[in-house]
Amino acid sequence: MGGADALKKKPMGATEAARDANADNAAENEAIRVTDLHKSFGALEVLKGVSLTAQKGDVVAIIGGSGSGKSTFLRCINFLETPSTGQIIVNGEEILMRQDGSPVDCRQIERIRTRLGMVFQAFNLWTHRTLLENVIEVPVYVLKVPRDEAIKRARVLLERVGLGDKADTFPAFLSGGQQQRAAIARALAVEPSVMLFDEPTSALDPELVGEVLTVIRDLAAEGRTMLLVTHEMKFAREVATHVVYLFEGRIEEQGPPEQLFGNPQSARLQQFLQTVG
Amino acid sequence: MEFFFETLGLTESAKLLSLSPPGWGGNLLRGLANSLQIAFGAFGFGLLIGLFGAYGKLYGGVVLRDLLAVYTTVIRAVPELVLILILYYVGTDLINKISEAMGYGRVEISGVVAGIWVLGVVQGAYATEVLRGAIQAVPPGQIEAARAYGMPPFMLMRRVTIPAMMSFATPGLANLWLIATKDTALLAIVGFSELTLETRQAAASTRAYFTFFLAAGALYLIVTLCSGAVFARIEKWARRGQPSLKGAGR
Repeated sequence: MGGADALKKKPMGATEAARDANADNAAENEAIRVTDLHKSFGALEVLKGVSLTAQKGDVVAIIGGSGSGKSTFLRCINFLETPSTGQIIVNGEEILMRQDGSPVDCRQIERIRTRLGMVFQAFNLWTHRTLLENVIEVPVYVLKVPRDEAIKRARVLLERVGLGDKADTFPAFLSGGQQQRAAIARALAVEPSVMLFDEPTSALDPELVGEVLTVIRDLAAEGRTMLLVTHEMKFAREVATHVVYLFEGRIEEQGPPEQLFGNPQSARLQQFLQTVG
Repeated sequence: MEFFFETLGLTESAKLLSLSPPGWGGNLLRGLANSLQIAFGAFGFGLLIGLFGAYGKLYGGVVLRDLLAVYTTVIRAVPELVLILILYYVGTDLINKISEAMGYGRVEISGVVAGIWVLGVVQGAYATEVLRGAIQAVPPGQIEAARAYGMPPFMLMRRVTIPAMMSFATPGLANLWLIATKDTALLAIVGFSELTLETRQAAASTRAYFTFFLAAGALYLIVTLCSGAVFARIEKWARRGQPSLKGAGR
């Protein structure tokens, strides 16, 4: 980013200025750009150079077998895992990394994280707080939204995910599906520019999967930018605008869902789609 | 009332325990107040040390972890009576040495401050282990969720880790508090006039050992019962949001 700043300060000709504006425009529409991301756990290299760009409004589904690195990839974007090398740009802001991948500025990471609403496989609601308290926690304490306003918004969001009557209930007294919907409301409460879903239905009983997918489908329909790691192939095909198939830490194939599911090119993807049915 | 004491043959005891001189009741209560003051202080100081200790042991660097390991091991290995003697005399001596070196002359160290410092250091070692265990029992996903939403570390500790660990820590901390109230009795050895020392003085001057020690025992018991009620409420609050275990585990 430092280099780009230096460039901007230089006086430039008309064509250069136009080109720069173009680049800015393209960058403006980019929600997330990841370039050549590597991640190793000790000697084990989980991600071997993954690049991905999501435009605003894109729903990118990331599929792949277990151990393919899809969750790790998602968790690297908000630095829950520290990448080894690579470049991550969120809303045009590059995350500054040291040589070993560790962040230069923890404040920057914290600031970027508040714009990425993450939904976890295991819900990870705060069990000592009611649903309403869970939803207002980050707006009130991290984003410093006035409490009344946060509560008003939280009630709307809980209503929206069908939990309006459960606002004062503690998470432990709810079903997995309800907890996950509450977790989605918590993610929406920060008004995220990008939502990250890490296998949101994998910990749910089969009969509870549908209610969560319905909520995610609605979010996709209203044009939210989402990165979705999932095992639900039918769902991915239905909501995604772009599908990425990861195999052993590399992107094996990617493209629009019709092409990827309808006419897979790589043998591995064909085999994968057969096994997951 | 008087008739009641007379029939039980307790007139003499009642006189001895009356709050105004020549009764010794006032002295006992003053002793109790001193004991509680030190117990509160030491428990609070111990909690503070324990929180730092637990975080240091879990997230600190190698040097800090080793230092804390030495601290908790040594403190928990040496009998408290010995520790109190060491810390009290070493501590006061050290402060006097420093004060003299700086040209202030000897300073009188208040018994309360010395007692809180000595027992607090002891409590801190145990609290470190209690809180470390409790922090480790917090589901990692809840801490991860807070990180994922951009909570800075200190806020995360205050808003997520500490409330979430409270339910795991309360039973251990209740134990520590009760131990703190009774450890104050050990300060009698350095001449601090807490409940036990006051009792001994009263008993020795009146030769009514049984009466006074029974009364002191009753006071300690009342403190314990009240503490139990308070901690029951704290635990109920700390466990909010967790389904009752009644009927489970059978």
